[in-house]
Amino acid sequence: MSANNDILLQVENLFMHFPIYRGVFRKQVGVVHAVDGVSFDIKRGETLGLVGESGCGKTTTGRAILQLYKPTAGYVFFNDTDLTTLKDEEIRFMRREMQMIFQDPYASLNPRMTVMEIVGEPLVVHGIASGKQIQEKVEQLLEVVKLNPAFASRYPHEFSGGQRQRIGVARALALQPSFIVCDEPISALDVSIQAQVVNLLEDLQKEFNLTYLFIAHDLSMVRHISDRVAVMYLGIIVEIADRNDLYSSPLHPYTQALLSAVPIPDPVSDAKRRRRVLEGDVPSPVNPPSGCRFRTRCWLADKICEEKVPELRKIANSHAVACHMV
Amino acid sequence: MPDLLLDVQGLETQFKTPDGIVHAVNGVSFGLKEGETLGLVGESGCGKTVTVLSVLRLIASPPGKITAGKAFFLGKDLLQMSSEDIRHVRGGQIAVVFQDPMTSLNPVLTIGAQMEEQLMLHLGMTRKQAKSRSVELLEKVGIPNAKDRLPDYPHQFSGGMRQRVMIAMALSCDPQILIADEPTTALDVTIQAQIIELVKRLRNELGMAIIWITHDLGVIAGLARRVSVMYGGYIIEEASVEELYAHPQHPYTIGLLGSLPRLDSRTHQRLFSINGLPPVLYAIPQACPFAPRCKWVMEHCWKENPMLEQVSPDHRAACWVDTKTGRSRS
Repeated sequence: MSANNDILLQVENLFMHFPIYRGVFRKQVGVVHAVDGVSFDIKRGETLGLVGESGCGKTTTGRAILQLYKPTAGYVFFNDTDLTTLKDEEIRFMRREMQMIFQDPYASLNPRMTVMEIVGEPLVVHGIASGKQIQEKVEQLLEVVKLNPAFASRYPHEFSGGQRQRIGVARALALQPSFIVCDEPISALDVSIQAQVVNLLEDLQKEFNLTYLFIAHDLSMVRHISDRVAVMYLGIIVEIADRNDLYSSPLHPYTQALLSAVPIPDPVSDAKRRRRVLEGDVPSPVNPPSGCRFRTRCWLADKICEEKVPELRKIANSHAVACHMV
Repeated sequence: MPDLLLDVQGLETQFKTPDGIVHAVNGVSFGLKEGETLGLVGESGCGKTVTVLSVLRLIASPPGKITAGKAFFLGKDLLQMSSEDIRHVRGGQIAVVFQDPMTSLNPVLTIGAQMEEQLMLHLGMTRKQAKSRSVELLEKVGIPNAKDRLPDYPHQFSGGMRQRVMIAMALSCDPQILIADEPTTALDVTIQAQIIELVKRLRNELGMAIIWITHDLGVIAGLARRVSVMYGGYIIEEASVEELYAHPQHPYTIGLLGSLPRLDSRTHQRLFSINGLPPVLYAIPQACPFAPRCKWVMEHCWKENPMLEQVSPDHRAACWVDTKTGRSRS
């Protein structure tokens, strides 16, 4: 348990495995190692970016932190309370403090509910407001996310993607949480709309002193919004560092490859870059490679990488990397 | 204009919807030289996909209708051709790779069957010839053990591999033009980088011209020679890549570039966001379609829709305002 008061969330050795069943008797034939021993902490008011390619376990990590999945093993301390030991009722109470913004603004809003009902629902469930108060609060929240409060009686399909995402943000803010998991909140939006939503998230963070776990695959956007960044590959964190350290001197080969793959919107500086194009695809999380999980695509891989799992070890004050070759 | 491989002039496409007629493409003209790569950039609904689908006559009609324009390919107007003739051009001399590799392959046919079908249809090959050519093509796009993968079904391939198969199929008849409609949007960055490197290599080897449609100004910067930016069914700016990224003229292009966080920027700046939403045009606009979102907007912008005009050598923009000075261009 942390004695440090600055730390809002501490994740220790989090595992999230999903069983695979087959046959008539639903015999368990394997396990998806979605999250395989992840540890990090987030300070109050900080934004931690969590990046990685699809299937690396970043969304599962976010959901397991909020106890939307029951973690297979590990601890999640939130304000020094271990969430993994709480009963369902207690977890629901804790959710006032921690909320989530989902990726798909089309699927995450109930099409049969009005904006008033969607944004007001958390207030009703948690018994925070009733009757006229709900309407007042919802209108306030809509103003906070820069939507016209007069739209409260409309249904989600009457809004554009960016506006829907604002509705999702308003719902997450309804209970005045201190921590929000933003799960790819902008990846479904158009470029000019992405900037609107990101600016809104930054404003809200300042105004309400929010702490974010910002999950994304867009490395330029993560760099823009995060204070620290963790890079995931196949269920583990391979590198975690302050934003500037990670982007200016990435140490793990995977981070280097990931950064060099990001296109830069400028033909002159794009032409100057040295590209490192990775070969092959991400291996299956059902049967991850022995030793270092990245070794099958790594150009530095050696014998030791096959035999021994590299630990996430500290290289500098706030820079840790899991690689034998660093 | 003999040096243009594809010459599109004044293309207009409309869709009939329950809410009225949507003017998706409103007089788009562009040319493509042999071996050149043109980037067509814009957000969803700007008409970039409809433009190339119209050129290939792949617009479902009804509800869609090409109402005006010409598209000359090797001297012949694609829009006037018989449907028999255009079928030979499509997939033959002009090939397309679509965005979603998951849905553009038939899930109940093997990869081999789908590739061979095309070769037998377009080039009149026998099954045996088609088979060996398929293996050759799959090897060319970097699929390991190509021969053993022919009997596999699409779901046995990963997203990146499926897109490679799509590219192999597109290349099967040695096209002169490859149209790539957001081919990397559904893929992860490291896989996107693989596909882009592959296309660059194939372009050098085979020398085909490419029209690359994307919403990602980053992807196009490293790939295209010329870029056209679309908004509301119009091309609103076009220039060489270097010129466009260094001296964007149109407020929309400036806004798009400003709203992208840059991996190579040194300071934390607030992102420049464009207010409002892209338009859906139920009528040909009298005003500039970008006027409601534009921060340089002047009185004249509401009265007349600007045409594409030369602003500097090899650079055209459709805007009444000189965004450098903030004053009227005339």
